[in-house]
Amino acid sequence: MADEIATAEPSSDPTEELEKLVVRFAGDSGDGMQLAGNRFTDASALFGNDLATLPNFPAEIRAPAGTLPGVSSFQVQIADFDILTAGDQPDCLVAMNPAALMTNLKDLRQGGTLIVNSDAFDERNLAKAGYESDPLGDDSLKGYRVIKVPMDDLTKEAVKGTGVKGRNVLRSKNLFALGLMAWLFHRPTEPTIDWIEKKFGKTEEVAAANIAAFQAGYNFGVTTEATKNTFEVKPAALEPGTYTNVNGNTALAWGLIAASRKSGLPLFYGSYPITPASDILHELSLHKNFGVRTFQAEDEIAGVGAAIGAAFAGSLAVTGSSGPGISLKSEGISLAFMLELPMIVINVQRGGPSTGLPTKPEQSDLLFSLYGRHGESPLPVLAIATPSQAFLMAIEAARIATKYMTPVILLSDNYVANGSEPWLLPDLDSIPDIEVEYAKHPNGPDGTFLPYMRNVDTFARPWAVPGTAGLEHRVGGIEKDALSGDVSYDPANHQLMTDIRGWKVANIANDIAPVEVVGGEDAEILVLGWGSTFGSIRAAANRTQLEGHKVATAHLKHLNPLPPNLGDVLRSYDKILIPELNTGQLLKVIRAEFLIDATGLSKVSGETFKISEIMEKILEMIK
Amino acid sequence: MTTPSYTRADFQTDQEVRWCPGCGDYTILASVQQFLAALDRPREEFVFISGIGCSSRFPYYMNTFGMHSIHGRAPAIATGVATTRPDLSVWVVTGDGDALSIGGNHLIHVLRRNVNLKILLFNNQIYGLTKGQYSPTSEVGKTTKSSPFGSIDYPFNPVSLALGAEASFVARTLDMDRNHTQAILKAAYEHQGAAFIEIYQNCNVFNDKAFVQITGKEERVHNRVDLQNGKPIVFDGGSKAVVIREGQATVVESSSVDPNAILVHDETRPDPAIAFALSRLSHGPYGPTPLGIFRNVERPAYDTELNAQVAKAKGQLGEGDLAKLIRSHGTWTVEAESPNGG
Repeated sequence: MADEIATAEPSSDPTEELEKLVVRFAGDSGDGMQLAGNRFTDASALFGNDLATLPNFPAEIRAPAGTLPGVSSFQVQIADFDILTAGDQPDCLVAMNPAALMTNLKDLRQGGTLIVNSDAFDERNLAKAGYESDPLGDDSLKGYRVIKVPMDDLTKEAVKGTGVKGRNVLRSKNLFALGLMAWLFHRPTEPTIDWIEKKFGKTEEVAAANIAAFQAGYNFGVTTEATKNTFEVKPAALEPGTYTNVNGNTALAWGLIAASRKSGLPLFYGSYPITPASDILHELSLHKNFGVRTFQAEDEIAGVGAAIGAAFAGSLAVTGSSGPGISLKSEGISLAFMLELPMIVINVQRGGPSTGLPTKPEQSDLLFSLYGRHGESPLPVLAIATPSQAFLMAIEAARIATKYMTPVILLSDNYVANGSEPWLLPDLDSIPDIEVEYAKHPNGPDGTFLPYMRNVDTFARPWAVPGTAGLEHRVGGIEKDALSGDVSYDPANHQLMTDIRGWKVANIANDIAPVEVVGGEDAEILVLGWGSTFGSIRAAANRTQLEGHKVATAHLKHLNPLPPNLGDVLRSYDKILIPELNTGQLLKVIRAEFLIDATGLSKVSGETFKISEIMEKILEMIK
Repeated sequence: MTTPSYTRADFQTDQEVRWCPGCGDYTILASVQQFLAALDRPREEFVFISGIGCSSRFPYYMNTFGMHSIHGRAPAIATGVATTRPDLSVWVVTGDGDALSIGGNHLIHVLRRNVNLKILLFNNQIYGLTKGQYSPTSEVGKTTKSSPFGSIDYPFNPVSLALGAEASFVARTLDMDRNHTQAILKAAYEHQGAAFIEIYQNCNVFNDKAFVQITGKEERVHNRVDLQNGKPIVFDGGSKAVVIREGQATVVESSSVDPNAILVHDETRPDPAIAFALSRLSHGPYGPTPLGIFRNVERPAYDTELNAQVAKAKGQLGEGDLAKLIRSHGTWTVEAESPNGG
């Protein structure tokens, strides 16, 4: 049934060992490709591979079936060593229909393996995808190892007797494909079967059909020897410890809960659903037994408003959104800054402006985060580099917000939020507590309370929460007297308060980790980055090193204030490259702050950097 | 600690009150301060949140916890206070522009959710702070700085709007009638959930005598319709009455109808339809206008329900265990001695 157009030299060893493997599942958005990809990933994670994933789905819930805009894909790289990205080019592509083949084939490595659902290649689907002739019947796939599998028919056959009927029958075909992949790449099958039982246990026939399809896919590989050889990626030599596979939105939600625990403050999350931030709301809503209160607001403004109220009342208050929603919150964020209340504002960035590319990654809200408010209102800005790092960055944001009584912007993006990686679970006890003390007693003369009398080290004002006798006070958006907080229109007072609010945030530079440089001071070039481009930058530097060059990298977690050693670091290299998924926003900041002639590498295609793109630029610059 | 015994002065601040002389806000401030003092509840348990506008300066003059926030957002901010701190008494002070124009969305949603807030809407039918533009409650045809040829904006009836949002407590009172105001405040305070009070407030600078038809010595006799729970709705010395005809509240001569046909006010009717009909007797303070409590029903309060969910989750699942949480998606272990393990 399956035949092969093998052009690559088939291996004599039926099981070929690979150091790394990039697999992409592509199909219609109703084909369950995200599920298949996630299961393949989890099975690989439990097997001990290092991995990184890149989901890619259309903004439409269901674009018309079989069309190019309706294609959804999930890419994962698994390896027996520590990898940094989901890979530039798939080694194996699963294409469930002609549209998926049309949009994804260009990325498949020459000689790579292509598994297609041949049942979907009928005239109608071929036309929808824009094929004039059937690529399975002509020479156009020459150069790839093609495995044609009639998945519709085989799935129908497999689920017979399980009780599923009608349209539900073909819903299991993603699991058929997954089963075949499990055989081809020696993935353990138990985790997937366990997962299906757990997930679909309530509807027995669905669980039975999915398991049957999964096993049929696996057995199809075994019995037909769909290819002459299979592949195996051994477990990675990761640092010893206990791991889980986590995506950025989940790690961020867990980090907020951890921050709540470490500070002893109840967690409040006010948010309005928006892609790609909604999963933070979903995850937090599950964990009310941690004292988490989630509030699905009527709009973005109410989300930040409720967080401001919760902060005033003593909670660890968080609001989350993506670019367009942050625009709506802007006035509220300035109020929180003016009131000097602790709050975390999460921006899971996506392609912009406006609705832009809501399901694609972009880093184009950096300048907006730094400057996108009215008045003089500098805020601490942090950025998450990898999915698992979100956990500790949430705690860092909470530490800064509560210690300095200020809103903090925490930047994520679609790549961090939906990408996943193995996470070496931290020793929770080793994470320092966040020391928070509400004001308890009057601090002024004659038993008065001065809500803006500041801590001499941090410039933070006291956090006096309602219900505390003797500390009744009023705060407001109008400029306040520097001590009493009473309304003040005094010119000198406004100058002073503006200066103090600025100093307070600038001073945080003395309380953050210096930027770390990987690679020596004698490197020919420093590649500076921030956010989700971490993996691509580091991998590009590593590869360039292998070619005999000296390349240093540094990655910023704090975008405001910048680490105090950054100026010295930058001045010690002749050449500085700043790759960003925007048109040069950090580049602009670095040039403005340090008068350094850095070079930018910009990409705004809705895709993250390929390692090769950064590598080419590095080589071009050091030539 | 003994129960505090307060006077109005305990709720005053050292800030100079800066409304225009003769503004209705002064009377409302005095009513609220007097009312809270009489409650004998520790004043640190009160929080006043306001938006922007003349009325929104209110928190600066209340010796409680308070926040003067941004335009229209007070209900949202107060929701954050009330949901996280059910031990507090949270009040929103707002105006017709703040609550019904820029903040209209938040207002209807706190009412729909029934968040435990006491909302005082000072309605003066004009923008005072920005010096005299028409507001969403100004009458059609009103000539102002921004409507020199007369306003073409059809106004909201705030009570109708609140009832449309299914608010569980809806009332209307008058700035100058302190006794009436305090009686309404008391009922609102005792209500569990969102309590919405429209307060007709005279702006003597930009919209003087807007409410003269129900405040003027002569006029009020004919036009002030006092809603009293359990009593037939009659006014104008008993000569006029309200009946429901074809689903509408209608004013009739008392003598012209069977006394049993006169509508008996019942603020606790579960269905808001009759309360809504009453709110349509006048579309503003023109002609016979009801004052008092239109609706006062029990409905689960949002903050009570949210905190009950938290308590229930803790009861069922136990206090959250962070170490378990981060292991909840499955784990694997890499052994130190065999780095290639597995």
